[in-house]
Amino acid sequence: MKKKVRIIPGFGLSMGVTLSLLSLIVLIPLASLVVFTAKMSPSEIWHVITRKRVLASFEVSLLTALIASLINAVMGVVLAWVLVRYDFPLKRLLDGMIELPFALPTAVAGISLTSLYADTGTVGKIFAKFGIKIAYTRIGITIALIFIGIPFVVRSVQPVLEKLDPLYEEAAGMLGASRVQTFRKVILPELRPAIFTGFGLAFGRCLGEYGSVVFIAGNQPFKTEITPLIIMAELQEYDYSSATAIALVMLAVAFLILFLVNLIQIHNSKILNGGH
Amino acid sequence: MAKETQSQTVGAKPSPVVKWLLIGLSVLFLFVMLVLPLITVIQEALRKGFAAYREAISDPDAFSALNLTLEATVFAVVINTVFGLFAAWAVTKFRFHGKKLLVTLIDLPVTVSPIIAGLIYVLTFGRQSAIYPFLEEHDLRVVYAVPGIILATVFVTFPFISRELLPVLEAQGTDEEEAAAMMGAKGFTIFRKITLPHIRWALLYGIVLCTARAMGEFGAVSVLSGHLRGQTVTLPLQVEILFGDNKYMPAFAVSSILVILAVVILIVRSIVEYIGKEKK
Repeated sequence: MKKKVRIIPGFGLSMGVTLSLLSLIVLIPLASLVVFTAKMSPSEIWHVITRKRVLASFEVSLLTALIASLINAVMGVVLAWVLVRYDFPLKRLLDGMIELPFALPTAVAGISLTSLYADTGTVGKIFAKFGIKIAYTRIGITIALIFIGIPFVVRSVQPVLEKLDPLYEEAAGMLGASRVQTFRKVILPELRPAIFTGFGLAFGRCLGEYGSVVFIAGNQPFKTEITPLIIMAELQEYDYSSATAIALVMLAVAFLILFLVNLIQIHNSKILNGGH
Repeated sequence: MAKETQSQTVGAKPSPVVKWLLIGLSVLFLFVMLVLPLITVIQEALRKGFAAYREAISDPDAFSALNLTLEATVFAVVINTVFGLFAAWAVTKFRFHGKKLLVTLIDLPVTVSPIIAGLIYVLTFGRQSAIYPFLEEHDLRVVYAVPGIILATVFVTFPFISRELLPVLEAQGTDEEEAAAMMGAKGFTIFRKITLPHIRWALLYGIVLCTARAMGEFGAVSVLSGHLRGQTVTLPLQVEILFGDNKYMPAFAVSSILVILAVVILIVRSIVEYIGKEKK
């Protein structure tokens, strides 16, 4: 503690408002989850989360979120690269569009993607000719999750790429490195923490996503049923214990992802601060 | 392929083929993933002509859904702005133990799945809760009622404004406020004259993001709504109900209201961000 006396006024008031609102809106409701969990025995929880249908939903959720986030990681780097390094007409429009998945309500995205990718839809029709069904399959879920995850990697890579000094690339070029080599050995290592951060955030968001997925998923048990949907179904049947048990698994995974993202960020800022 | 052949001859110079290939790929990706869904909404909404569209959006259920959505959004923006300002002030202007923990807890709601956000409110205020008898006695309904919808909306957007303010205030430091306080300025005067000008654009930016998310929230609101038509249905839920009833054209017509709001929000966001950068 550097200063014992607080010169700026308002500590008590601002802290008071902050803590009371935080408690009312976040902490007390979350605590009720803990209280409710405490009433259940571990074997009861284990029994719920190892039901075949629940396990299948974990698989669907993890797999689709993983594939969607991987595609977004690659496309995110491409988009960030294009937006930072190149000049072309309508670039500002393209840049402004990236946030659309944040601004557009997920339910609207959901029904729109469903009608686009159904067998009779504009895009679905093309794939249907080759016998590929998109809507109401895991591919459909993945498409919805790609939509949701677009902004994360772009927005975390973009600022790093903007700050990256082109001097290193020039040096690499002078020393005879090809553009591909320069990208792999000079640029990519600098971007890697930002890519992982964006990937982690997108992955976390995709795991919990509900609105855009329920319409396109078809929601067939064991095949296209995501975990949030199972929780929703349990709630509709007033089975709060099952809903809570499954929610605990999801929360654990979400916190694990958050923890890993924070680790990367701390590691990253150490490198950045050490370098200067 | 083009990348490989180009790189051998050009060396350090970026090749135009790679450039236009990557731009083309980006444009194609964004067109298919973002623009096509928007076009689809408008196209489907107007499928049966403009008269049918007008009839669909002037449906009383759609109107009451719009009202509830606006109500929940206003609550979310007001509560989260008040919270964001106080929290950002507390975290950046003072030193205290547990600051990291506080910031982590504030950010918690965005990492929680919307469905779980709904679940925790059902557990807190629902029939099996310890305070349910008390609520019952005073005729307060939260679950499957408007207060639940508002609470859920506030929860999912909780850190949106404080998160925008924190980095700006952190970078600004405390010197100016300390100087003002030493010269005898009162807390609110310091805030209004010194702090507010610094954070004006970040605050506006946060409000825009909060509005966008609040009006579009689906999962958490869906858990707490009970789907009573004309009473506890927000615009996104109205879209779900219509789509579920195979009323595709009306579903897209109602969606088009949300699409217009989303596009307006994106434009305002870009303007705010642009002016904010210019001011720096």
